Amino acid sequence: MRRVALKGLWLRRGRALLTTLAVVLGVAMVCGTFILTDTIDKAFDAIFTTGNAKTSAVISARNVVEESSSGKPTIPAALLEKVRAAPDVAEASGIISAAGFGTDQIRLVGRDGKTIGNPNAPKLAIGADWSVERFNPFTIAEGRFPRTDGELAIDRTTADKQDLEPGDELGVSGQGGKRTFTVTGIARYGEVNSLGGATIGLFDIPTAQKLLAKEGRFDTISVAVDPGVTDQQLKESLREVVGRDAAVRTGDEQAAEESKEIEEATSFIRYFLLAFGFIALGVGAFVIYNTLTITIAQRVRELATLRALGASGRQVRRSVLIEGLALGVIASVVGLVLGYFLAKGLSAAFVALGIDLPKTDQVVKPRTIIASLAIGIVVTAVASIAPARRATRISPIAAMQEGAKLPAKLGARRPVAGLIVLAVAAVLLGLGAFAGLKVTTALILLGAGCLVLFAAVGMLAHRAVTPLARALGAPAQRVGGAAGHLARENASRNPARTASTAGALMIGLALVTLVATLGEGLRSSNRKALENQVSADTVITAKNGFDTIPAAAGQAAAQIPGVQVYPVRHDRANAFGDGVSVDGLAPGIDRVVRLSTSGGPAFPGDGEAVVEREYATEHKLTVGSTLELTTPSAKKLDVTVSAFQERTSVQKIDPLFGKVVLSQETFEANFPRSGDQYVFVAGAVPATTIDRALKGFPDVEARSRAAWVTKRVDGIKTLLNLLYVLLALSVVVSLFGMVNTLVLTVFERTREIGMLRAVGMSRRQVRRMVRQESIITALIGAALGLPLGLLLARLLSSALADEGITFAVPGSALIVFTVVAIVAGVIAAIAPARRAARLDVLKALQYE
Amino acid sequence: MTSPVVTARGLTRVYGEGETAVHALRGVDLDIASGRLTAVMGPSGSGKSTLMHVLAGLDKPDGGSVSIAGVEVTGLDDKGLTELRREHIGFVFQFFNLLPMLTARENIVLPSEIAGEEVDAAWLDELVEKIGLTDRLGHRPSELSGGQQQRVAVARSLASRPTVLFADEPTGNLDSTTSAEILELLRSAVDGFGQTTVMVTHDPGAARFADRVVHLEDGQIASDETQVPS
Repeated sequence: MRRVALKGLWLRRGRALLTTLAVVLGVAMVCGTFILTDTIDKAFDAIFTTGNAKTSAVISARNVVEESSSGKPTIPAALLEKVRAAPDVAEASGIISAAGFGTDQIRLVGRDGKTIGNPNAPKLAIGADWSVERFNPFTIAEGRFPRTDGELAIDRTTADKQDLEPGDELGVSGQGGKRTFTVTGIARYGEVNSLGGATIGLFDIPTAQKLLAKEGRFDTISVAVDPGVTDQQLKESLREVVGRDAAVRTGDEQAAEESKEIEEATSFIRYFLLAFGFIALGVGAFVIYNTLTITIAQRVRELATLRALGASGRQVRRSVLIEGLALGVIASVVGLVLGYFLAKGLSAAFVALGIDLPKTDQVVKPRTIIASLAIGIVVTAVASIAPARRATRISPIAAMQEGAKLPAKLGARRPVAGLIVLAVAAVLLGLGAFAGLKVTTALILLGAGCLVLFAAVGMLAHRAVTPLARALGAPAQRVGGAAGHLARENASRNPARTASTAGALMIGLALVTLVATLGEGLRSSNRKALENQVSADTVITAKNGFDTIPAAAGQAAAQIPGVQVYPVRHDRANAFGDGVSVDGLAPGIDRVVRLSTSGGPAFPGDGEAVVEREYATEHKLTVGSTLELTTPSAKKLDVTVSAFQERTSVQKIDPLFGKVVLSQETFEANFPRSGDQYVFVAGAVPATTIDRALKGFPDVEARSRAAWVTKRVDGIKTLLNLLYVLLALSVVVSLFGMVNTLVLTVFERTREIGMLRAVGMSRRQVRRMVRQESIITALIGAALGLPLGLLLARLLSSALADEGITFAVPGSALIVFTVVAIVAGVIAAIAPARRAARLDVLKALQYE
Repeated sequence: MTSPVVTARGLTRVYGEGETAVHALRGVDLDIASGRLTAVMGPSGSGKSTLMHVLAGLDKPDGGSVSIAGVEVTGLDDKGLTELRREHIGFVFQFFNLLPMLTARENIVLPSEIAGEEVDAAWLDELVEKIGLTDRLGHRPSELSGGQQQRVAVARSLASRPTVLFADEPTGNLDSTTSAEILELLRSAVDGFGQTTVMVTHDPGAARFADRVVHLEDGQIASDETQVPS
């Protein structure tokens, strides 16, 4: 029996291949994601290992506040002398390094006055004693290392892109604005020219300290050990020297620590991309289910013969399952290979976006292979269970009957099962949307609810197919005449089949509609909220809109006559054992910003904090209670809660201010090297004039209020586009399903098409008939998917309606999606229509 | 003479309900003798196909009983019927029903394979020689003519030495020359191996090869004659 199943599959290999494509894409996505993220991890691992290769131990300050925009805490420079004097220490050297985020970065400015490098890539700056070769992972390719103020060395890639040679001049912008430096050398990091597209600037220590406002401080101290002492022993003795404020790690530990941070970022990318791989696999399961059902319907006589020859129901079921399993194995293996190349393509895409990943061989871990194969095989096998069960209900009598049909699906007439599944979906979605659970729990419930809802609609949709086909096919009939009429009838001939074909497309369309609707709702309510809150004439921010900018930028703008500036200082602090965002508001800022509060005055006085209501409730803070903050420099600070910030839900998603708002004076007295999140400007001076005054700050931009609101609101557009691209994958998978169904349908109707040709239908009309059936099916998918997406969006937004999230129907997007569905229908029909039109009339009529 | 291997008593079978009900069988009693070729004849709608389906356990009668080799067929569940088909029943179909993905040889041994039994190699050789397709055993059905396909199908039905072989219009899809070859093959299996065979046909030419011809009309036996096969 296994041989029968496998040989049968081989005989139908062309069609089987088409079927597997649905799963291949999903598996490729899963596998490609794993390979890509593993490769990135390994590449950075290698870099950090190189960097710490000859270092026995690294001393750094304890990290107090995660993700502080002013960078990690520093250690006093004086510590270096103590370390040098410690036992077992052969050599020690202090290092200044800017991680490249927030105010902790130095930007290189090109001749055009713009920051060099991709906006998304970090900008590394390192200050070190370059004469100490032992700790220096850089080698000079041309020129020499910098020695004094006004000199720097840069990486090869930046030098090539900017056409710079030793001796050329280059702008450097740190905390104090832009200055002109001289390039003294071109450096390489170990063997590589570039570190993930980051620009690299190398300085001598005092210069780096000044540029980053870290005078008298180091970020780390690298230590080399005397011969005969282990790194671990050195670590122990150093611990006594540095005390509690600084951490000591061995070189290996330091490399692992640095890798860990990258791995956290890549694991986010991993899960994000995997989610879309899984969506594609879910759609693929629909397609596999549908195709197997059709192929079984076409092999009724064959399966009945097996039964008549003594095969038991169980043997028939097993043979269908084996076929499904074989399809799953083939699809997964092909998907695995495709995923390998997909990962290559994705890294090439990153390079094209300017994020130059360090070059290493692609990493294929056993986990990648096992997970990709397992998930592809399981999905296919599960999708073949229902068709296999149906196959067992074929009676052996069908072996002797002409035109025997596959027995109806169990319970097809009674919608009870479908309604139960629908109820389960409703419960899950209801809980997720209304029960006020934690965000992650709610999202998991909503996601699961979505999946179950799709299954329920898939189970019930065949009832809607006939009326839908009638309505949607009406234009086809008007345009296509007889061919259109037949297309319309054909589409509703086997409602269950049409429903599951359209169902696959429905999922993709429902998800893009959901995304588009929520995006539209967020955009419009966010715009209203921002316009309501901010009345400044001009707003100065970082070009990318979210980094902090040096405080000097606002001071530069303040020099313009007729201009009043109100900066918002920003950083993170620790409270209650966790990080929290903190802002410092300039005095008089109430002229340009509204802060809606309760329980006290809108703006904090010195030593006071206006705390976000939910945060306050969570930590049992009332007006008058004391809030203890720990700043990134480990300074403790007590403030008195003076009022609560009240946020609408859109403000929770895109808050203007941090959860804790202090006065500027309190903030500056306690936070190190603070930067500004925004500088609000009042005064009838055009934004362009202000922008000109900010020339020394290449990453800073002044925009008029309207332009700033639009830019901020459009931030969601990038996310939407990314989601569209990823969801397109599932639409493509459903397209394969449509092609598959049409090919099988044409095959099934060979004799009928022969008859139609014999009575005078032209090839053109045959093509039109198939094409229009395909379009009708696609439109049924749209007719189910778009309302479903709107419904899901409505559910989500109505749960948040009280707080200002509006439900906005994205009209133009819906039209675009409908057009996409029609185009999908036309594309899916190309090959099957051609095939139908080419049938030899005589042979088709004799076809048995 | 020998004792009957298939016994049917009072068989009735009704399709549909009420006014549109079709009485395919209206009380049929029949004994099929061992080692004989019995032809069941009758016009379209006479109930001959239904009779064969019921006799072979493919369809359940509304009334009456059938037993094959002493086993009461009408009381068997799906599992029992599967066992019955494996041990006692062989089929030859009008449209051959060979599996397209298997070679002729693989088709012939398929029933044994399904039942998980060893194929008797000597018996297989004898059969293959009998159907005269020794050199075409490696071919797929699509590479064989209709007559050759039906010969493979006959070999397949004989391979497991069934108690009774049911042939449903075995010549219905063949020209007259090929038909004669297939009928001779079936006849020689009866004469050579004592293969009990029931053949449903509407072709009087085919019925001439039988030892006994049962005529069915309107679901009842109209005539039942023993003859000397030509």
